[in-house]
Amino acid sequence: MSSNPIHLPRIYGLLAEFERPEELVEAARSARGAGYRKMDAYTPFPIHGLSDALGFRGTKLPLVVLAGGLIGCATALGMQWFSATIHYPLNVGGRPLASWPSFVPITFELTVLFAAVSAVLGMLGMNGLPMPYHPVFNAPRFAFASRDRFFLCIEAGDPMYDEGKIRAFFADLGAKEIVAVEE
Amino acid sequence: MSQVHDHGRGGPPVIGPGHTYASVTDKISSIVLARRTPLFWLLGFFVSFLLTMVLLGAVGYLFAKGVGIWGVNQPIGWGFAIINFVWWIGIGHAGTLISAILLLLRQEWRTSINRFAEAMTLFAVACAALFPVLHLGRPWLAYWLLPYPNTMALWPQWRSPLVWDVFAVSTYASVSLLFWFVGLIPDLATLRDRAKRKGFQIFYGMLAMGWRGSALHWYRYETAYLLLAGLATPLVISVHTVVSFDFTVGIIPGWHSTIFPPYFVAGAIYAGFAMVLLLAIPLRKVYGLEDFITMRHLQNMAKILLATGLIVGYGYVIEAFMAWYSANPYEGYMIGNRMRGPYAPIYWSLMLCNIVTPQLLWLKRVRSSPPALFGIALVVSIGMWLERFVIVVTSLHRDFLPSSWGMYYPTIWDWATFAGTIGLFLALLFLFIRFLPMISIFEMRTLVPEAGPLAMQPIPEHSVAGEEG
Repeated sequence: MSSNPIHLPRIYGLLAEFERPEELVEAARSARGAGYRKMDAYTPFPIHGLSDALGFRGTKLPLVVLAGGLIGCATALGMQWFSATIHYPLNVGGRPLASWPSFVPITFELTVLFAAVSAVLGMLGMNGLPMPYHPVFNAPRFAFASRDRFFLCIEAGDPMYDEGKIRAFFADLGAKEIVAVEE
Repeated sequence: MSQVHDHGRGGPPVIGPGHTYASVTDKISSIVLARRTPLFWLLGFFVSFLLTMVLLGAVGYLFAKGVGIWGVNQPIGWGFAIINFVWWIGIGHAGTLISAILLLLRQEWRTSINRFAEAMTLFAVACAALFPVLHLGRPWLAYWLLPYPNTMALWPQWRSPLVWDVFAVSTYASVSLLFWFVGLIPDLATLRDRAKRKGFQIFYGMLAMGWRGSALHWYRYETAYLLLAGLATPLVISVHTVVSFDFTVGIIPGWHSTIFPPYFVAGAIYAGFAMVLLLAIPLRKVYGLEDFITMRHLQNMAKILLATGLIVGYGYVIEAFMAWYSANPYEGYMIGNRMRGPYAPIYWSLMLCNIVTPQLLWLKRVRSSPPALFGIALVVSIGMWLERFVIVVTSLHRDFLPSSWGMYYPTIWDWATFAGTIGLFLALLFLFIRFLPMISIFEMRTLVPEAGPLAMQPIPEHSVAGEEG
């Protein structure tokens, strides 16, 4: 970029617009086949097979949720056991202090609560949300990504990035409109 | 998932013909983004706001004078507050049931009703949660219900169902809120992108948190949504179970029964679906949403109403049977007193509302008529309120010792508080339909014909089959 004689805005990537989800999935698959790695697709609803086509290899989110649930479970059991046997023992007719069956409901509730909060915060965190600014919003027609259009973006960070080649590649795939997205 | 779209199977379609991604998006978002607020909205909101002010007055007077302004006294220490609490929390069950259990069961017809059913859940739980706090006597000490390090060195009593209730209801409210909000994020992004006015763009933009529909985001989003549904499913069942423990752990005749948890859960779903019908039928009419909330939805909900109504009826029959079969004189007296005592008219109205009326739903003609469904849902809602009245009042008013028998008469303040919570519920609902999309836009996009088999139905197949590497 430093070789540019005049100051140009840095390019984030090349964005292609498609009208149908099948075209987008096909394009993503071809782009991956052609060797592009740094890319993402933007769609108005979740599309079957798209993350596979982009080469996304699963998420650790279920593990985060499991950990959250286990922490909630341990917190609830620990809190009840500690208070009922050590900090505030209450002798009710000589019954055992660690009366675990009556600890079950609260343990269940806190397990679910912690797991649910981990699911939401984990999802947002892994997705990097909230994110107030992102370059793709600079594309003039990007607002349609939340309505009825399907976008594929090959990012400038890709080792094979070459604007001219990618433009031709997208045009071959039947993209309706191709724009360079400014950083 | 070979046949994702079962349009036409078993009656009317789940979405009207001729819709596209764009038409679905525009139709639902235009309700929120319209500049003009419709007249019926202003009128409805005005009336419910007035009722909310009645609630404010009733609660203000209660805080000034204490629970003596209510009709509760010995032996009926649990009056309207508990009846209304159980009634509202029951209504709050349909939302999460529709969004979680029907999602896991792949009932795609849930898509157009889940959003406002979830909102309804939240508002009903908010109304419900008011009552236990109001009836505390010293409501400003409500935080004593929570475990926190305190100078009194005291802890809640973990063996008490009332403490379980605090955890069950607050967890249910929190998880329902998370579920609802996560479902809203992509739609908030749609509203952000479609809003013309700067203020709305900023408002929805902040709430959407920068959602841009990235494929990788969708992937994690669907995983999170599925996990939330899995977590919310046992939660729905647990909440009313724990509420029923409030009764069953007591040794009062008519309460001390093992049928209570399942019968309460069925009753909650019954009341909840009745309320969803009560709201859906007028909403689809005034906003012209008949293409999205079709007769298919109404018929399916009517069937669920019938099924849960039958379970509830079974509960009533078993209660009477066990009173006889157990040969316990107090139980026997309790059921005889319900049927022939001073509150007998309420008991028989309850049977009429909850067992007899829903039998009309066996007829296809009734299930296909929105006005008839509206009427039945209204009767069922009243019936479920009467059921809680019968459980709470008739059991307490004559228990073991005839010298301590008594009667319960609600006062004007009891009625004002109850009417006020209905106002609060409706006012919140009116605000919701004006400012947030009442139908999930992104899920509706997956139902239109052009989406075809690629549109990921609520449950992504790869998440079910496990993640391939």
